[in-house]
Amino acid sequence: MDVLDWTRLQFAVVTIYHYFFVPLSISLAATAAGLQIAWLRTKKEQYLHLTKLVGKLLIVTFAVGVVTGLVQEFQFGLGWSAFARFYGDVFGPTLAIEGMLAFFLEATFLALWYFGWDRLPRAIHTACIVIVAVGTLLSAFIILAANSFMQNPVAYALDPVTGRARLTSFTELMLNKVNLAAFPHTISGAVMVGGALLLAVGVWRLAADPAYGILARLGAWLTLAGGAATALTGDHLGKVITEVQPMKMAAAEALYETTAGAPFAVFATGKPLPEFALEIPWLLSILAKGNPNATVQGIDDLQAQYAAEFGPGSYVPMIPVAFWTFRLMIGIGMLAAFLGALYLWRTRKGRQAPRWLTRWLPLIPLLPTAANTFGWIFTETARQPWIAFGISKVADGISPGLTSSEVIVSLAGFTVIYGVIAVVWLRLVRHLARQPLSPSAASAEKPELAPVY
Amino acid sequence: MITFWFSVVVLAWVLFFVLEGFDFGVGLLGPVLGRDDHERGAAVRTIGPFWDGNEVWLVAAIGVTFAAFPAWYSALLAGLYLPMVLLLLLLAVRGVALEFRGKGDGPRYRRRADIALALSSLGIVLVWGALLAAFVRGLAIDAGGDVVGGGFARTVGPVLTPAAGLGSLAALYAALLLGATFLALRTSGPVRRRARTLAQWLGTGGAVALLLLGLGTGSVVVLIAAVLAFVAGLLARTGREALAFAATAVGVAGSVVAVFTSHGSVVLHSTIDPAYALTRDAAAATPQALELLTWAGVLILPGVLAYQVYSYWVFRRRVASERVPS
Repeated sequence: MDVLDWTRLQFAVVTIYHYFFVPLSISLAATAAGLQIAWLRTKKEQYLHLTKLVGKLLIVTFAVGVVTGLVQEFQFGLGWSAFARFYGDVFGPTLAIEGMLAFFLEATFLALWYFGWDRLPRAIHTACIVIVAVGTLLSAFIILAANSFMQNPVAYALDPVTGRARLTSFTELMLNKVNLAAFPHTISGAVMVGGALLLAVGVWRLAADPAYGILARLGAWLTLAGGAATALTGDHLGKVITEVQPMKMAAAEALYETTAGAPFAVFATGKPLPEFALEIPWLLSILAKGNPNATVQGIDDLQAQYAAEFGPGSYVPMIPVAFWTFRLMIGIGMLAAFLGALYLWRTRKGRQAPRWLTRWLPLIPLLPTAANTFGWIFTETARQPWIAFGISKVADGISPGLTSSEVIVSLAGFTVIYGVIAVVWLRLVRHLARQPLSPSAASAEKPELAPVY
Repeated sequence: MITFWFSVVVLAWVLFFVLEGFDFGVGLLGPVLGRDDHERGAAVRTIGPFWDGNEVWLVAAIGVTFAAFPAWYSALLAGLYLPMVLLLLLLAVRGVALEFRGKGDGPRYRRRADIALALSSLGIVLVWGALLAAFVRGLAIDAGGDVVGGGFARTVGPVLTPAAGLGSLAALYAALLLGATFLALRTSGPVRRRARTLAQWLGTGGAVALLLLGLGTGSVVVLIAAVLAFVAGLLARTGREALAFAATAVGVAGSVVAVFTSHGSVVLHSTIDPAYALTRDAAAATPQALELLTWAGVLILPGVLAYQVYSYWVFRRRVASERVPS
């Protein structure tokens, strides 16, 4: 492995890790807001207790998101300073505006909400958590716009003097059609993760307190609805990507030859993949273009086309990685949605879920988390060799002078610290979920005046 | 336009260093000034609602630096790679220790969180001080803005100089004084008393050291800092805690401004050849990008400042560190 590989690996590790916590923060903020509004509307105490529980899960998750997100903000300069110089005009304002517009909102109002239960008028207090939820969505939209630029560069011109990218329209940058398709897909995926966590906590604690039943069913609904939305938005995103990055989708299907009425391979083996494949006829053409007879471009043709357009070199991403991450993303995500539906069905009208199901459901958050991770690995590795599609390559973005040993040291540091944080976070979530829902039931003699800090 | 954005960048860094400065100071002092679990909890609670919003000033500062001066951002971060990574790791430990402290179970867990908080805060302050000193000295950048050299010394070397050590000491001092005056201002009971005493000693003792340093180097900035430290100590002694904190904050703000403007229109000095130095104009983004930023800044930042002030106002009540007899 050379310094480029190490730096890519480091970017992947810290970004994937950051993204364990981001979808949770997005969905838990929205859930807390929803539960608090439900409490205000219905005046049912159990909604208040659930709001506080979700709030605690949110604040510890958000903290990890903040400190790992900070690393993201520095990453572009640390390991990818050539990229930062070249795209400074596009990326800089995007990150700066995300920080000023969204991140400040989230951090400040989350603290106001969490510590403000007995200091703020009820309406303002509720508004605080709604603002947090809106802030997380804004953040996601702006950051995804920056990523969408790398997939489908828009709103830029290359400066004839410096040769660097210049931003021509911020609105156009934000409304990149890849972003408009990726944002709903990403948010749906986030809803699944949050839903799965609530389902897991609810099922795990149901025996201790029947009030957790609401949490479990809410979580199951969110997992199912998020799953359905992920499928629909994913279908649309796939069509957009077929249009702007045909190579990515061809790699996802390991489709070498341009084919009309292309089949979808559910499973394939072989060295360059499909020597043996289990195929569903026409499905790929339907997925990619919405028409069973449509022609889907193959890898070989695209390679020839890119070589003619951009000069000699390989423009083919790692086929098995693209092929399998794409399938794992879909398969695991749909399994999670199915389990959510199964739980809802087996607990309909107050029925008891079977024991085998309740024993395994506490592990369900792993599924959508894995699906999200595979989705991002697919999105980013199948963009290779480009750092911004069609403009410059990943190899051109790395910081000049950076050495493998420097990156190995920093990667080791991130791995150790992030690993410890993950373990502590998991134990803390378990501890928080184990607390009795209504404080009065457990410690009536010792009322908690302010949040312990 | 470029000068305006340079001022905004400096302002963002000033706000970060002042606001997180007292956070760091409290993180350092809380576990020392608090004699038991309850008192330490009170100390940490003074920054509980604020640290996250303060830390976003780092996001804003680095973001605005990137947006307005991409070449500066690139040269600094890539050139100080390993110390910057260390800083980020320490910040990660600190943020998590702070936020996780009150959520876990039992005093032993909180004790561990306190130790992690104090040590990471200490590390952060020392690294920041060294980084700022290295920044004033300049880096070995070539004509392309990239730091030349080999091995770990390339990016670690600049923070292992005597000047960097002095920078670390100065930063530690500033954080301690900020933390002490902040704790004196924001708590009641034993923590407040101890913080006040510490602020007096730090103020007068530090003033003497700074005075000697200022006379030795002939630096006006250091002499002004000496006066401010003395005033802060005096104000803490007479119980004017808000003013003591303000005097310290002014001192820190002034020092940060002095650091960032130490080379005039050069934003990063080259230790190889002055001709390679990165100037404001060369580092700046295009006029279009700056115009976009101006609109965004004008529309967004006043609101940010307003709601952050609001949050300080909501949590203005002192945190009690004494035990209420039940």
